[in-house]
Amino acid sequence: MKTKATLKIALAAGAMSLGLAHGALAQNTVKIGSVLSVTGPSSFLGEPEDKTLRLYVDKINAAGGVAGKKIELVIYDDGGDANKARTFATRLIEDDKVIAMVGGTTTGTTMAMVPVFEDAKVPFISLAGAIEVIDPVRKFVFKTPHTDKMACEKIFEDLKRRNLTKIGMISGTDGFGASMRAQCLKVAPTYGMQIVSDETYGPRDSDMTAQLTKIKNTAGVQAVVNPGFGQGPAIVTRNYAQLGMNNIPFYQSHGVASKSFIELAGAAAEGVRLPAAALLVGDKLPESDPQKKVVTEYKQTYESATKQPVSTFGGHAYDGLFILVEAMKRANSTDSQKIRDEIEKTKGFVGTGGIVNMSATDHLGLDLSAFRMLEIKNGDWSLVASGS
Amino acid sequence: MAEFLQFLISGLTVGAVYALVALGFTLIYNASGVVNFAQGEFVMLGGMVTVFASALGVPLPLAALVAIVVAMVIGLLLHRLAIEPARGASAVTLIIITIGASILLRGLAAIVFDKQFHKLPAFTGDTPVDLLGAAIQPQSFWVLGGAAVVVLALYVFLEHTLLGKAVLATAANRLAARLVGINTTTIMALAFGGSAAIGAIAGILVTPITLTSYDVGTLLALKGFAAAMLGGMGNPVGAVVGGLLLGLLEAFGAGYLSSTYKDAFAFLVILIVLFAAPQGLFGRRVVERV
Repeated sequence: MKTKATLKIALAAGAMSLGLAHGALAQNTVKIGSVLSVTGPSSFLGEPEDKTLRLYVDKINAAGGVAGKKIELVIYDDGGDANKARTFATRLIEDDKVIAMVGGTTTGTTMAMVPVFEDAKVPFISLAGAIEVIDPVRKFVFKTPHTDKMACEKIFEDLKRRNLTKIGMISGTDGFGASMRAQCLKVAPTYGMQIVSDETYGPRDSDMTAQLTKIKNTAGVQAVVNPGFGQGPAIVTRNYAQLGMNNIPFYQSHGVASKSFIELAGAAAEGVRLPAAALLVGDKLPESDPQKKVVTEYKQTYESATKQPVSTFGGHAYDGLFILVEAMKRANSTDSQKIRDEIEKTKGFVGTGGIVNMSATDHLGLDLSAFRMLEIKNGDWSLVASGS
Repeated sequence: MAEFLQFLISGLTVGAVYALVALGFTLIYNASGVVNFAQGEFVMLGGMVTVFASALGVPLPLAALVAIVVAMVIGLLLHRLAIEPARGASAVTLIIITIGASILLRGLAAIVFDKQFHKLPAFTGDTPVDLLGAAIQPQSFWVLGGAAVVVLALYVFLEHTLLGKAVLATAANRLAARLVGINTTTIMALAFGGSAAIGAIAGILVTPITLTSYDVGTLLALKGFAAAMLGGMGNPVGAVVGGLLLGLLEAFGAGYLSSTYKDAFAFLVILIVLFAAPQGLFGRRVVERV
């Protein structure tokens, strides 16, 4: 009995000292919130984002923090569930009282959280891909990843240069594939593209030869575009080679811009082109490239700390965090409203995703130069020189 | 003609995998009355263990064998630790247990292996075979041939061995089987081990074509279940026919109709069949037996 009582007192004392320490700390810290899909189906996106944020917040704090204040990072894992994301967003605002948020792994979770941050007037830098996040522009919502519309435009730009105008499309029916397909159909007329065949496949399908046979037998197809994500595009690429369609130029999307795609698709991936962020080809960029320094440094830091290959998704979190930190420095304040205004004024920020120039009408701030057109050669990426 | 043949072979290849999964369902259902929703996880284990074993330098045939053994051990453990202790429970409870087991296995696979997709090299190269204008991967023949061997082996086992007949007797009437001296617990364990092995073989055969990851089992279990229902739950012939039919429906649906409604089309046909014959295509024999 006695030991129990002693334990209780010790615990109480401990709790009190913790509370005190917390109170004292609060003066010199600012809280940044984050809701990420660290587990669940989108974990391959959320995990590198989570690691990147933790890694760089520690680095920033070790270097003295932002404007003399240490950053306290509050991360919640929504498991890819939009309902949970919204609950956590409310908790960040009401309980943790964060001054800003960098997070929202998927478009689904981001859109569920947008109203919470808009109502609370707290800046929210999203890591989700779809254009809906920033179009129409919402006052407090920003994002760092390229949009699927830009990927379509980049592909069409390349096709136009090669004088190919009749294309076949084979798209995944998952959120990513469906959204990009819609965007491609929308911008196709602007580039004079004619979509002569439009096929789809389920995200878990294991054989796409039926759809590809249809495209192959459609008269006049000059190139094929495959908006998709995960293992689907790898299977499409393998089936493409199986059916002997290699004489028709084949384009993948930025959704497969990772080394594992080349591994999975194997020899079939030779000659495939895709738009991707500079991060992927950091070592191949010319020294004069403004992004060279940022992307090689991030790649090195991330890979040595996590022992895992770098991905563009972690890069989006890096960009989001530093856009916010720079804005906080310029605002020299922890007031959410002032920070928001400064984020919107971000100009010439060199991130892993591109050079960011935001404005009141553009809360993404990237142009087509953020994407590089790559071609897979000898099992590795190579930059497609403009004009070839 | 070339187009038709392309769709046919695609459909048969995918269908053969569905058939093997459906066969796994059938074996366990017959022995225990349980619909084992962890069946897809055995397929995943077959692929994943082979991938990781061969990454460690184990030659492919040996890695495949290791994968089958691992899947069988897990199948037996599933029976011993989860199904057997709850043997008095209703079928619905047991089904829920298997769903829980599938979630557990998937989670463990995500931790033990990783969340990436993996591939295996095709057993006999990647050069497509040209068959009357249709390009066919050599691996497709492995899948079809492998499935045929498994089906044949299972048939011989069930019809021509004493142990196999004991399985059939347990399926027909468990109480009567016990009364004539058949140890039904052993038979059930055998069914779990056997269907785990069949699932693993399916996983190994198909991974070079479809790739694998820790969560491929869910959809395969669903498709395999649909195939088993289409053929008539509990009938091995029905499972094979149902699986092949489902694969063909998907391929021809995507090829000749619309790829967007491919799955809807396949399931619509299943619904119509089940409306017309609620027991499935080959279900009647089971009714007579029970």
